[in-house]
Amino acid sequence: MLVEKTKKDEDEVLGKDYIFSKRGVMSSSYLIKNGRVIDPKNSRDEVADLAIRDGRLVNAEDEVSGSVVEIDAAGCWVVPGLIDMHVHLREPGEEYKEDIISGCRAAAAGGFTGVACMPNTRPVNDNRSVTALILELAAGASARVYPVAAISKASKGESLAEFGDLREAGAVAVSDDGLPVRDSRLMRRALEYAADFGLAVISHSEEPSLSHGSMNEGAVSTRLGLQGIPTVAESIMVYREIALAEYTGKPVHIAHVSTAMSTELIRSAKKRGVPVTAETTPHYFTLTEEAVEGYNTNAKMNPPLRSEEDRQAVLQGLADGTFDAIATDHAPHSILEKEVEFDAAANGIIGLETSLSLGLALVREGVIDEKRLIELMSLNPATVLGLEAGTLSEGAPADITIIDPRAEFHYTEDKVVSKSKNSPFLGWKLQGRAVLTMVGGRITHNLFD
Amino acid sequence: MTTGYFFPHRHILGIDHLSVDDIHHILSTAESFKEISSRPIKKVPTLRGNTIINLFFEPSTRTRLSFEVAAKRMSADTFNISASTSSATKGETLIDTARNIAAMNPDTIIIRHSFSGAPHMLTRYVDAAIINAGDGMHEHPSQGLLDMLTVLEHKGRLDGLKIAIIGDILHSRVAHSDILGFTKMGSDVFVYGPSTLIPRALDRLGARVCSTLAEAVADADVVMTLRIQKERQNDPLLPSFREYARRFGVTRDVVALAKDDALVMHPGPINRGIELMPDVADSGRSVILDQVTNGVAVRMALLYLVMGNAPVTG
Repeated sequence: MLVEKTKKDEDEVLGKDYIFSKRGVMSSSYLIKNGRVIDPKNSRDEVADLAIRDGRLVNAEDEVSGSVVEIDAAGCWVVPGLIDMHVHLREPGEEYKEDIISGCRAAAAGGFTGVACMPNTRPVNDNRSVTALILELAAGASARVYPVAAISKASKGESLAEFGDLREAGAVAVSDDGLPVRDSRLMRRALEYAADFGLAVISHSEEPSLSHGSMNEGAVSTRLGLQGIPTVAESIMVYREIALAEYTGKPVHIAHVSTAMSTELIRSAKKRGVPVTAETTPHYFTLTEEAVEGYNTNAKMNPPLRSEEDRQAVLQGLADGTFDAIATDHAPHSILEKEVEFDAAANGIIGLETSLSLGLALVREGVIDEKRLIELMSLNPATVLGLEAGTLSEGAPADITIIDPRAEFHYTEDKVVSKSKNSPFLGWKLQGRAVLTMVGGRITHNLFD
Repeated sequence: MTTGYFFPHRHILGIDHLSVDDIHHILSTAESFKEISSRPIKKVPTLRGNTIINLFFEPSTRTRLSFEVAAKRMSADTFNISASTSSATKGETLIDTARNIAAMNPDTIIIRHSFSGAPHMLTRYVDAAIINAGDGMHEHPSQGLLDMLTVLEHKGRLDGLKIAIIGDILHSRVAHSDILGFTKMGSDVFVYGPSTLIPRALDRLGARVCSTLAEAVADADVVMTLRIQKERQNDPLLPSFREYARRFGVTRDVVALAKDDALVMHPGPINRGIELMPDVADSGRSVILDQVTNGVAVRMALLYLVMGNAPVTG
């Protein structure tokens, strides 16, 4: 019954072309016309046509044989498919919050063609069989799924997971996300050993002894009587990761950066040539600790929303290249975890369906330009994770997002595609969104109809 | 009082949302109710037929008894529920408990909870008036109001007074409500304690954070001492209570720095010999028991005022 419903919904979302192809009437050629093509990898920003055949980009001048579906993208941006390098899909183990199919549907709706899913599932993705299961469940999903495996067995921080096996099974990176790696020696070994297999190491940077609390420590936590998490709980660990990367010469990627001090640490490390990359999230560059007012559990996440000063520093980091990527840390939770007292509520918010709009707001506000936004949301995450994605080069897989930067929509609970509704942006009127998402030549989201 | 004033609140969640007029009105209502407690028959029929639930998720002697006495003196029917938050399913328990209580149609629910914001959450699930009897480290509005009433009675005013609050400001919801309340009413609030017990950005609430005990207490009209919360000591906040008593305890010598007619106050329960020395607690300057007496009057006023804003049904 549930499966049937899922299938039907999928048909609605995927549109008629996909249905044809399922019936065997292949319509694998598309011509996306008149769009503004923005492809930072190839330094391209021009109005042009894009042709797709057999799931790959081909030269638009060439004859596209057979039945060709034309898509008029006039007034829209045509960009390499967006990649969210930090999501929680909750499967296996917490399918009541999200599953791989539903999470990927949310991704497609948000313009994402690929998502990297964190390993804090049940069981933890710390061995090749879990990685293989995730990829099996992701076959036919509306987005490519790039599994991130655990750094340590069961993410307990005691011994390394088998990176070689995990790489072979399809993992693209390792992280104990959700938890910091407390043991500095283990983190050092993870950086060294992961590099042998070309796996990115993603650090959830948090000094646990300083992070007992439920929101940022400051004026608002004092006013609300909530125990605060100081900014230094993050920054101390960010510095440790930088020190280890600098010492070993092995790359590290810092997840969900929220503070001014962390931003500055990363900026100066990059200047010294330390192999460090970093991501921040739409909520850290859009919201502050004030959003917690009224004990709003949809404004509770870890790291917590910070002060306006931190938000400004994060914006600066996006503008000056300190940050490589915008990731959502999409963390679905049901009302069981969120309709409770603030202290008892789970950390995390969903983000896949709002990320692009919030990023586009930065372009409108002049913080970053269009090219930089696409770097942050497509090219750079692909580069950090070593993916064959993030470009519109001829011959590349046809992972494409068509963005209408002017389209307005009211993000309300009934419109949420994700299984969970825990967003602080519910009720917001947002501008700019993906109107079509295509993964390997298959349309996964289409508002043109 | 401004003409045409009416008390606008359905719930009492904190001093933060009360205006100066609201506080004046609550204090004058409380003052007028004080006389009831000195009658031979200490009961008026004002709240007859009203159902009031005391929902306490944390241990309490004084506050719960005070609310119960207040309710009974106004002829309301009161019921006490004590629950523990120690179970793993605390969130669900609170909502479920609240919904079940709501199904019995109470008029007012008085709640104490170890989580800040729990009373706010309750207002979303039940129709009854909610009175916050202490939530986490957030607020304890009835305590703040009774402290203001006590000072007002003894000093005749709140405006322009120097109020010194000494001790564990970080964990104290009383300090919170007092800082907000006294500041609103025009007093100057000076706080002092070990830096480990002073929350960040406290000055934004209107308090002035002092660097010495003498600075805080000098020429004060009120010396308010807060309880050191022994149950909080899993965090390395203090090396020992012995040292706390020596360095931060309010002694006779400390009080001597304040005005000659300064009041000594404490929200109770007192750790005698730690934050407050027994000779000070029992001295002629101590108005600690007046605070308790005024607590009943303030709570009678709150019950009466929120009841006046009950939605009309039928």
